[in-house]
Amino acid sequence: MAVVFSKPKALADVPFHYCPGCPHGIIHRLVAEVIDELGIEGKTIGVAPVGCAVMAYDYFNCDMIEAAHGRAPATATGVKRSRPENIVFTYQGDGDLASIGMAETVHSAARNENITVIFVNNAIYGMTGGQMAPTSLPGQVTQTSPYGRDVNHCGWPIKVSEMLSTLDGPEYIARVAVNNVKNVRNAKKAIKQAFQNQVDGKGFSLVEVVSACPTNWGMTPQKALEWMETDMIPYYPLGVYKDRSAAKEEK
Amino acid sequence: MAERVLMKGNEAIAEAAIRAGCRHYFGYPITPQTEIAAYMAKKMPKIGGVFLQAESEIASINMVYGAAAAGVRVMTSSSSPGVSLKAEGLSYIAGSDVPALVVNVQRGGPGLGGIQPSQSDYFQATKGGGHGDYRMIVLAPASVQEMASLTIKGFNLADKYRMTSMILADGTIGQMMEPISFEDAEIETYDKPWALTGTDCKREHNVVNSLYLKPEALEITNMERYERYKIVEENEAMWEEYMMEDAEYCVVAFGIASRVAKNAVATARAEGIKVGLIRPITLWPFPKKALEDAADKVKGFISVELNMGQMIEDVRLYTKCKRPVALCNRCGGMIPSPEEVLESIRKAQKGEF
Repeated sequence: MAVVFSKPKALADVPFHYCPGCPHGIIHRLVAEVIDELGIEGKTIGVAPVGCAVMAYDYFNCDMIEAAHGRAPATATGVKRSRPENIVFTYQGDGDLASIGMAETVHSAARNENITVIFVNNAIYGMTGGQMAPTSLPGQVTQTSPYGRDVNHCGWPIKVSEMLSTLDGPEYIARVAVNNVKNVRNAKKAIKQAFQNQVDGKGFSLVEVVSACPTNWGMTPQKALEWMETDMIPYYPLGVYKDRSAAKEEK
Repeated sequence: MAERVLMKGNEAIAEAAIRAGCRHYFGYPITPQTEIAAYMAKKMPKIGGVFLQAESEIASINMVYGAAAAGVRVMTSSSSPGVSLKAEGLSYIAGSDVPALVVNVQRGGPGLGGIQPSQSDYFQATKGGGHGDYRMIVLAPASVQEMASLTIKGFNLADKYRMTSMILADGTIGQMMEPISFEDAEIETYDKPWALTGTDCKREHNVVNSLYLKPEALEITNMERYERYKIVEENEAMWEEYMMEDAEYCVVAFGIASRVAKNAVATARAEGIKVGLIRPITLWPFPKKALEDAADKVKGFISVELNMGQMIEDVRLYTKCKRPVALCNRCGGMIPSPEEVLESIRKAQKGEF
């Protein structure tokens, strides 16, 4: 009988610790499928973040390193500059990448470091129990914004893809989402592009994946997906924000 | 005779690192260690190496962490305030058991402090700095020659024990010029089967990590690491003894302070005071045995330091407070004169500690 669906080879055969309804499983799978399809598992080195995906080092079959909070792009830089022939990716959340690790993010993008960054934006700190993230929406209720994010008090969300695409450095910046089948397919396309760019030596490629946190949003998984559609995506519009090679071809 | 070249202390570190096989340097500008970065920036591209100026000390130490995990000889250098920023990475590097060389060309502190030489990061280097239980091998050069030879030694020890070697120098030795030789350098190489190289789909994946959510596992990992530290303590302590054979008083000093102290000891000897010097070359592991033995022979110790009295605590600890210990110190970028040290020795002879 023909096999029509199986676990990607790049994904380890272990139970994930993620909450029910958490899209991290989908995003892990997309990354693993891309690694399989590009045939790069044997030379890929992944960098896990601090946050919900901290144990990603147990979930991917490739060599892995656990970075300090926010430092994944710096650690990835060290790995890549030592082993340019390897494929190096980071997998980071919004607190990790856009708050404590913003300097590392911006500067690795500015250097056009030849790495792939998977940035999961679910507008909240998940692992620590639901605190306000740099990407929490105005008015969003979290543990540390219990009356809703007051932008006059603690400022506005950071739109990472828009911001990074103003830099001359990076090769590819795209924002995708994983709230429905069509968007998941597009997400995979962007992730594949981001890895292919590295294989081709083109440089820094970041895919921002708009995601959900049913547990800390206090919603059912179904409701969380709806909230992504009605609240998250309008604030964080999907699309390719920068694609240097495609832009060159057009010219 | 070995070929000798005239070099600045900071440049000697850089050249020695390259000779030791280091091809990866990540740093961030800070006085008074800038010559190391400048030397690397000039040399590395010519020899197929990597020099990268990071956006911060934090980024640079985390680049070091990544490169060390990838199995290459890697280093960073900084000065006191910058090393504080690197403390996070030092803890992760220790917790992940990867080898690296970190140079601290110390300046006066705390805070922004000053840019003149100091030894006030002794506690930070030998007792921690970053969070958690860990140690670093701390090497304290007292000459430009030692800036070079201890850098090479530091790389060897780091690889051998899978830990950080820190060169704890100071602004004076970093800036001064002396003739040195590289001919006796012994470069050791070690297999790194734990390194991130890509599995090639032929082996289980390697994971470089310091997270252990199960307390039992973290405890075992820490205890095993300390077994390794014990071997370092038993085998790697280095020190120099000067005129200690018949000494009744013992000066203890490292780095630039030991050079001043040596002058004072020689002068005191000429005055007929039986005084000697113990110069720790490794600050961790501390030369316990030398101090223990001396405590049975001498009447008292004088700790000469460029800080408010940090090493003196280890002198008291390892002499088990059997003898009085005086402090002869300057700080904030000031260096004691040989006369000041001599005066401390004279006082010790009179029983004034």
